[in-house]
Amino acid sequence: MKASATATATGTWLPRLLRLLLLVLLLAFLLSPQSFEPLLKPLVQPNAPAIYNQGSLLTITLLHLRTVFFATVAATIVAVLLAILVTRPFGAEFLPLSRSVVNVGQTFPPVAVLALAVPAVGFGEKPTLIALFLYGLLPIFENTLTALTQLPRPVMEAAKGSGMTPLQRLLKVELPLSLPVIVGGIRLSVVISLATATIGSTVAANTLGEVIIAGLQSNNLAFVLQGGLIVGALAVLIYHALGAIESVLARRAGSPAGN
Amino acid sequence: MSIRIDKLGVVIGLIALYGMLAAAFAVLKPNRILQGQAQSITDSLPGAVGWGLLLVLLACTGIAVLRVPLWFRLVAAAAALAALVIAIGYAAGALTPPGNSYARVSPAAGFWILVFAFALLAADAISRLQPPPWLRLVFLALVAALVWSVFASGLWSGLSIMKEYSSRADVFWAEAAKHVTLAIGSLVAACVIGLPLGILCHRVPAMRPAVLNTLNLIQTIPSIALFGILIGPLAWIAVNVPGAAAVGIRGIGTAPAFVALFLYSLLPIVANTVVGLAGVPREANDAARGIGMTDSQRLVQIELPLAMPVILTGIRIVLVQNIGLATIAALIGGGGFGVFVFQGIGQTAMDLVLLGAVPTVALAFGSAVVLDALIQMSSRVPRKGQAA
Repeated sequence: MKASATATATGTWLPRLLRLLLLVLLLAFLLSPQSFEPLLKPLVQPNAPAIYNQGSLLTITLLHLRTVFFATVAATIVAVLLAILVTRPFGAEFLPLSRSVVNVGQTFPPVAVLALAVPAVGFGEKPTLIALFLYGLLPIFENTLTALTQLPRPVMEAAKGSGMTPLQRLLKVELPLSLPVIVGGIRLSVVISLATATIGSTVAANTLGEVIIAGLQSNNLAFVLQGGLIVGALAVLIYHALGAIESVLARRAGSPAGN
Repeated sequence: MSIRIDKLGVVIGLIALYGMLAAAFAVLKPNRILQGQAQSITDSLPGAVGWGLLLVLLACTGIAVLRVPLWFRLVAAAAALAALVIAIGYAAGALTPPGNSYARVSPAAGFWILVFAFALLAADAISRLQPPPWLRLVFLALVAALVWSVFASGLWSGLSIMKEYSSRADVFWAEAAKHVTLAIGSLVAACVIGLPLGILCHRVPAMRPAVLNTLNLIQTIPSIALFGILIGPLAWIAVNVPGAAAVGIRGIGTAPAFVALFLYSLLPIVANTVVGLAGVPREANDAARGIGMTDSQRLVQIELPLAMPVILTGIRIVLVQNIGLATIAALIGGGGFGVFVFQGIGQTAMDLVLLGAVPTVALAFGSAVVLDALIQMSSRVPRKGQAA
């Protein structure tokens, strides 16, 4: 997953223009889906609807984003706090275990997490939030841990030497320096969550998966395509937006974009 | 000698105590769908057995809290887990009213909390012991053998999940085979295409951004959508390409699932091959050139072996990811353990969901352990530039 981050070329004008175009297209499609009907019409049976008709695409997209947003915020808070805890002297005993828990946690398939959360909290939004939260934790925790354990030693010693308390060191040195890498973790986590949230519709959550599943059930390729492409476009746009934030932060922290 | 307390052990101990005393151990349900009655450890197990289990668990919790040698902690964790696994099967037999074939017994929150607590203890002991890779494989084999023998002995046959299994045993193994074939088959296909593609990207840097960006883009399409999108083209191929239908290419079913998993698998394999080859020390390449190796000799004898740990990391990511994603193939008729998960969700029969989810998790976990051991074995040679 980390390897994938190196593959993005940023800074050239052509990809930026393409992404701007993608954003305009996405907004146009969400605000006025009917004007795209002629494009999707050839994909469906003569009398089937080409545009999702069981709810507003804009509303579903916003609900999808809301679910991902809340799960990511919760995951970020918990993951960063946990990573801070296990890198302090009094939490050091938890460090080896936390690494192996993260490792094992990643082997749990999303569908399994989702399905196992249903008996505990019922159908709907909640199991999806739980699954997204648990999935979101891992990349953020891993990145925060990497950042906090690999800070340049001269900087840490200078901070110690200048008489900073451990709390001051954490807030003024460690966290600001780690921020780009933490944002990198959030970026991975959001992209995974955007796609995983679609599976939430199998347990009756209101996400774009609803559109895709409606398409699968009624053999309507246009539905599958529009649901999938909206999620794909959101993922690309958010991934790059967070990437831009990451490189601004990295420049401010005085190191090359953290990977 | 003073008694020393292990901080992590205290946390594990608190979790275990909650699981023992405050949460229910097993649930007795009138049938497979209705809500059930929660039972504590002493309620679910007849007299002495229940108290015996509590004693064993308390003793193991005590060992967790004290700072004792790591091996001892591992043995305590294993003993507690074994006791739990046996007790839950025994509880199923004891709770089910005689002659009632509708009643179902399932493990309740307390059981899962206890398993979680002692699995944490075992994981902590293993991660601090840092056993060599072969020993970890031995541990895995031991656990698998234990689970298999409990499974084969019929000790669990009273549990609801096993009743779901026994009423569809044939289907279960057929779906298991499909699941493994899908996950491993698409991995093999991705290696056959992805390794040469990665090598090509390494040799021709101009290709790199285009290939990697395209593969990155594919990853952003949610799996259920990709499965769905592939139905159309594959149905068209089945109708229009002679012989395609005969080899099993159809619009729905295994073919689109296979292709989707293959496409998702390409990025980690290509990207890690590129990163691995880029990390091969320049001196190694120079030395190989100096002794007159041809480009292909250098690739096979120097570059690939040195890049192997990173490539294997990519394969690990893909295998674990594929085992998880293959569950979703059931939505488009591709089979696999997902069949039980989605049937279970549809019927709100949670034990059926478990029948699909538990083997998937076990399979993913097992493959991760095996590949981690392989990665460690292959990275004996000291090298620089370990990425991914």
